[in-house]
Amino acid sequence: MTTGTTPFDITSLPDDRGRFGEFGGSYAPVTLIPAVEELRTAYNEIREDPEFHIEFESLLKNYVGRPTPLYFATGLTDAIGGPKIYLKREDLVHTGAHKINNAVGQGLLAKKMGKPRVIAETGAGQHGVATATVCAKMGLECVIYMGELDVERQALNVARMRLLGAEVRAVSSGSRTLKDAMNEAIRDWVTNVENSYYLIGSVAGMHPYPMMVRDFQSVIGREARDQIREAEGRLPDAIVACVGGGSNAMGIFHPFLEHAEVALHGAEAAGDGVGTERHAATLTAGHVGVLHGSRSYVLQDADGQIMEAHSISAGLDYPGVGPEHSYLKDSGRATYHPVTDAEALDGFKLLCRTEGIIPALEPAHAIHLAQRLSGDMSSDDIMIINLSGRGDKDMHTVTEALGVMS
Amino acid sequence: MTTATTPSRIAGHFAELASQNRKALVPYVTVGHPTKESTLEIVPALIEGGATMVELGVPFSDPLADGPTIQRSGFKALQNGVTLAFCLETARDLRAGGVEVPLIFMGYYNPILRYGLERFVADCAEAGVDGFIIPDLPPDESAELAAISRKHQRDLIFMVAPTSRDQHIESLNGQASGFVYCVSITGVTGARDDVSVDLPAFLARVRSKLELPLAVGFGISTPEHVREIGRDADGVIVGSALISRFDEADPADAPTVAREFMRYLSGQA
Repeated sequence: MTTGTTPFDITSLPDDRGRFGEFGGSYAPVTLIPAVEELRTAYNEIREDPEFHIEFESLLKNYVGRPTPLYFATGLTDAIGGPKIYLKREDLVHTGAHKINNAVGQGLLAKKMGKPRVIAETGAGQHGVATATVCAKMGLECVIYMGELDVERQALNVARMRLLGAEVRAVSSGSRTLKDAMNEAIRDWVTNVENSYYLIGSVAGMHPYPMMVRDFQSVIGREARDQIREAEGRLPDAIVACVGGGSNAMGIFHPFLEHAEVALHGAEAAGDGVGTERHAATLTAGHVGVLHGSRSYVLQDADGQIMEAHSISAGLDYPGVGPEHSYLKDSGRATYHPVTDAEALDGFKLLCRTEGIIPALEPAHAIHLAQRLSGDMSSDDIMIINLSGRGDKDMHTVTEALGVMS
Repeated sequence: MTTATTPSRIAGHFAELASQNRKALVPYVTVGHPTKESTLEIVPALIEGGATMVELGVPFSDPLADGPTIQRSGFKALQNGVTLAFCLETARDLRAGGVEVPLIFMGYYNPILRYGLERFVADCAEAGVDGFIIPDLPPDESAELAAISRKHQRDLIFMVAPTSRDQHIESLNGQASGFVYCVSITGVTGARDDVSVDLPAFLARVRSKLELPLAVGFGISTPEHVREIGRDADGVIVGSALISRFDEADPADAPTVAREFMRYLSGQA
C-alpha cells in the first residue's frame, strides 16, 4: 500500500463525492450542507498533515493504550478444532472498546475546527463513553443522545458518561434505540450548527463520516497486519468481525482489502432470526435506501419506512449499515452472515470459558461466526477475530438472558 | 428554470399572484393526520380560509429535519396506515373533488426511492401533484430525479437556509423550478415566537442569485409573521402551528380549525 507521509490509504474509495460505487454520498438537510462541506475541507487538511498524525498517534499510544495485542487464543483454537485463532484485543483499550480510536481522532478535529460543543449518538453506550472521555480530556462540552430503551439496558455506561461530565439525553421517539438517537443528534446539529461538532461513532452518515471513521479505525487492521506477519510470517486466511453500523469491521478489514487472499467475514445481528421480524441483519435482509445521510442497505418495509431493528446487543441494534460494507457485499470482497441472539450467547460463553475473557455481546456474534466458519478450514489456516470490546456493560443483559449461570 | 414548454401550475400560480400584488399562503398538512381520511376535507377548508397552495406531507418513520409537532403527526399518520400510494390517492381524490390550487408533496427520500423515481413522478403527474420538496435530497444528489421531473413537467423544489453559501444558491439555477423554499431559521420545523431578524437580508441575497419566487417556512405561526415576511417574500409556509391546532381539537373539527386558522393568518378574522 502506498502510504506517503501519512498512514492512511488515501488512494482508494470513496470518490470525491463520497461514493463507494453506488453507495454513500451526502444526503444532508439544507442547513447542514455548509457544515458538512466545512468538515470535509477540515478533514482533508488534517488527513495529509503529518503534525496531526503525530498528535493522533501519540494519544493512541499513551492515552488509549495502543497497540493492542494480537493474541493467539489457544484455548478457543483447541475448543473449536479448526484454524489457529488470533484475537485482536480491542477490549483492552482505554474505555473498553474500539470506539475510542475514532473519538480521539474526531475530538482532535473538533478542537482544530474551534467547535466548543460536541454532540454524539450512542447505542450500547460505548461510543458515548468514548466521546465523553475525549471531551473531558480536551475540555469540550458534550451532549450524548441515547434511545430510552438503551438508557435502561446500558445503565452502567450512562453512569460513566455522566461521571465524565457529559449530558445524556434520553430519546423517546420511534423505536427508542440507536437510529432515533441519531435522528435526534442530527436535529441538534441542524439547530446548533455554528458551535457544534457532530461526532458520529460509526462508518455511517453523510460523506466524509464513513471515510473518516474508517480511517481512524483502520489502525486496528494496520496493527493486526504487522502483528500477524511478525507472529506467523504471513497474512491470515480469514478475518471475522461483527457489523452493526460497521466501524470495528471496517477498521480491521480496510488494510486487508488489497490482499485478495484474505477472506473478510462480517457477523450481523440476526436477533430472533432473519425469518422473523425481530433482527438487525441489514446486509442479509435489507434493501438499498437512504438513511442518515447516505445510500446503503437499509431494513425497510415495502413502503420505504425504516423498520425497527432488534438485537440482544445494543451496539448492533441499527437498521442501517455503513455504505462501504454495502459496496464490499455487492462487489463480493466481503461476506456477511447472520448470527442470532442465542448463537451470540453461545459465542459469549465459549470465550468466557476457554480464554477467561468476557467479551461484549457485539463481538460475541463474531466468536460464533468464527466457530461456524471453522468447519471449512484446516489447522494450517489462520483466522483473526476482532474482539471489539469487553463485556462488563452487558453483565445485566447476559445474566438475565442466561438465568443463573451454572 | 422550468422547461421551455407551458409553465407549471406552480409557476403560473406565483405569476398570477404577483400580477395581483398578492402573496402565496401555503399551509402544510401531514396526509392522514389527524385521521386517515381527514385530508380530503381539510384541504378544501384550507382553501376556503385563504390558502392559495397546499403542501401535503408524506409521512416517514425518521423525519430528521422535523421538530416534535410534525414528527408526531407523521407517526400518527403512519399508525393510521398512510403510505406514499395513499398520499397519491388522496391527491387524486382532491383533484376529483374540484381542488384546483397547486398541490405539492413534501416528504423524505427513502419512501420515494423505494416506490421508484420514474413511477413516483409519473404517478404524481397523473394524480395532479405539481411538485415536490425533499428535505434530505440536496442538489448534488438530485440529478436523476430532476431529469425525470422535467420530463413530466413537475417542479423539483429546493430549500435554501441562512447558512447556505452563495455558490450553493447559484447552483440551483437550472435545477430548481416552481419556487425556492427559504428556511427562515437554523433548526428543525416548529412554531417559534420570533422569526429571524436577518430574514430580509437573507431573502435579498437569495433573490440576487435566483429568478424564482421565494416562499419562507419554519417557525411561522401568527398573522404578524405572515404580514412581515410577505413584505420581502412571495409566499409564506405554515406547518407546525396548524398541526398543533389539530392536535388540540377534536379530530372531527379539523376542517373548521383549518378554515379558521387560514382566515386568522390572512388577516380575515
